[in-house]
Amino acid sequence: MTTPVNKPKRPEESLFKRLTRQQLFIPFAALALLVLFNLIADPSFFAVSIRENSLGNPVLSGHIISVLDNASELVLLAIGMTLVTASSGGQDISVGATMAIAGSVILRMVCGGQASADTMQMPLVLAVLIGIGVTMCFGAFNGALVAYLNIQPMVATLIMFTAGRSIAAWINNNQLPIINDLAFKYAGTFLPGIPVPTPIFITAFMIALFWLILKFTNLGLYTQSVGINPHSSRLNGIDPQKVKLLTYVILGVCVAVAGFMRVSRSGSINYSRIAENIEMDAILAVALGGNALSGGRFNIYGSILGAYIIQFLTTTLYKYEVPSTALPAYKAVVVILLVVFSSPVVREKLVSLKKAPAKAAKEAT
Amino acid sequence: MPKGIAVDNQGRLKGRTSLSDTNLLLAITVVVFFLLYLSAIIFLGGSFTKPQNFLNILNNNASLIVLACGMSLVMITGGIDISVGAVTCLVCMTCAVNLERQGGNIFTVILIGLGIGLLYGVVQGFLVAHLGIQPFIISLAGMFFAKGMTTIVSKEPVRVTNESFLAIKELRIIVPGLGSNNKLGQYVPAYIEVGVVIALMVVLLLFWLLRWTKLGRSFYAVGGNNQSANMLGINVRQTKFLAHVLCSLMAGLGGILYFLHVGSGDVANAAGDEMNAIASSIIGGTLLTGGVGNVVGSLFGVLSLNTIKRIVSSLGFDEAWWSNITVAAMLCLFLVIQSVVLLRKNKSKQ
Repeated sequence: MTTPVNKPKRPEESLFKRLTRQQLFIPFAALALLVLFNLIADPSFFAVSIRENSLGNPVLSGHIISVLDNASELVLLAIGMTLVTASSGGQDISVGATMAIAGSVILRMVCGGQASADTMQMPLVLAVLIGIGVTMCFGAFNGALVAYLNIQPMVATLIMFTAGRSIAAWINNNQLPIINDLAFKYAGTFLPGIPVPTPIFITAFMIALFWLILKFTNLGLYTQSVGINPHSSRLNGIDPQKVKLLTYVILGVCVAVAGFMRVSRSGSINYSRIAENIEMDAILAVALGGNALSGGRFNIYGSILGAYIIQFLTTTLYKYEVPSTALPAYKAVVVILLVVFSSPVVREKLVSLKKAPAKAAKEAT
Repeated sequence: MPKGIAVDNQGRLKGRTSLSDTNLLLAITVVVFFLLYLSAIIFLGGSFTKPQNFLNILNNNASLIVLACGMSLVMITGGIDISVGAVTCLVCMTCAVNLERQGGNIFTVILIGLGIGLLYGVVQGFLVAHLGIQPFIISLAGMFFAKGMTTIVSKEPVRVTNESFLAIKELRIIVPGLGSNNKLGQYVPAYIEVGVVIALMVVLLLFWLLRWTKLGRSFYAVGGNNQSANMLGINVRQTKFLAHVLCSLMAGLGGILYFLHVGSGDVANAAGDEMNAIASSIIGGTLLTGGVGNVVGSLFGVLSLNTIKRIVSSLGFDEAWWSNITVAAMLCLFLVIQSVVLLRKNKSKQ
């Protein structure tokens, strides 16, 4: 898997060719700006060093590694969110809350219902599979509301957004289970002997999986056609309702894996804080990737890139000691600037501004 | 409620009165609220029989009523504003800091609240209406911004000790005839807070605006169908802009009312109130597709939501999470009712 962050190191020409591709113009421009800023302000941002972690294993460390590592959950959510956006023309705002549910279920399973456990009470794979199953059910619930009852996605998922964290607390009876088994933390930290954080591998695996699915199945085509025109898709023999439902269930799978990674990082859970505001970041990733939030055509790699850019921005802000509570304000300014410059009205004006001097120059000659 | 009467006067009545979508959904909400409250009185009794219990719902939710009404305006035009809860929180914090550390008074508080609201409305309205950016994304960013700004203004909770402010905060308006005897046999008069009076006035004002002014009617027209509204000569952009300005202004006012109720600035103030406001609007019969809705419905939405919260907690489910799950279940129920009712209506029309 190529990592988008390395892109600017490529020769200029190939970068320029990529820039000219309309949809990915915004994300690449944003990324280039961020990279440029960091290069000028402090090139040590890109330094990667090897340090020993608390277990004495040599691991890679550095801001770039932390971007790639911490963006993992967001990338997974962005993948699922892109499909949901494309098929139903709306976004699922319950992903953060459902991540809390997935984490809660997985922790309950591995702790066997106790407040803390030193060894896992259940094979990890089984626990994760149960977690995936549960979030798939919640995804199906959201999807059914959207597909069969014609409720706008944001409103339908508002239900789980409101209830999700409470359900997560309910599952564990409001206890905060702690698992001390090192094997549980492998997925969120490092595998023994491997210096690269495990979430990077999981994300790479998931990206590859979706690349294969989109390449060898009709999922992408069906999703786009349903998003563009459900009525004519129906006439062409595609069941729009089933496709919509399917995308929400797929998002459920992504959410469960993301939730598992998040609880695996700490081995514990805080129902109200876990993955807070991540739904917003996921939607922004989709928008940053140049996808129309009203559905239809999508570019899943744009969203993935968008997710990395958001994490890049977050890490940059942290580096300059912006307090984490004030972070949203800075992010919001960036987001508003981005959407303003990508809005059709402003784009047209900019284009006409560019053309005007050229015309004047022509007339002069 | 003059349901269906307008149709009657114009002689277009075809044997049966049919309610418009707005009035039908409003009727459902009002009936549900009364059923809920009546069943609470009959089956639970206790505190529900006292009028003060009902008035406390109003006292605790004056700001939410204002927020829900503002939200309804935007939703009627087909937009959404999820920044209102965060704006409320920002207004609370700024007002508290102003009163405590900068020697402000009640007038500067009002000025700050409405000023922040107006500023938010103008910026968001401009971006949504004139640049054509999706309202969800803009208000999402607005929510982020307000949340961040709140912690920049002050991270620590600020308790207000300003005396003239506390005098207004503690002002109780006695409602005659609704008091009851407490356990010692003393008569305790029923009261409402100042905020409730303001909130109810806002409801009336917005009801008037939506029903009898040109601007109000154009809100419905724009929400119902953008293009035909445009062809009717309505300035669609201007209308959307004004809806957002009004909504954010209501968020500012809601902030002042919230501040009047709690008397402190805190980062956790009004957490999740944007969702409560949206839920109240939807329960009150406002459709997110636009063109259908009513501020009176939103008022009843707030009342129903909080009645059911109280019922659930008095049934013994008083752990913190039940309240959220109840809101969600209620929202789900109403969404399903709405979509089923509208699907049927549309089918019978065809």
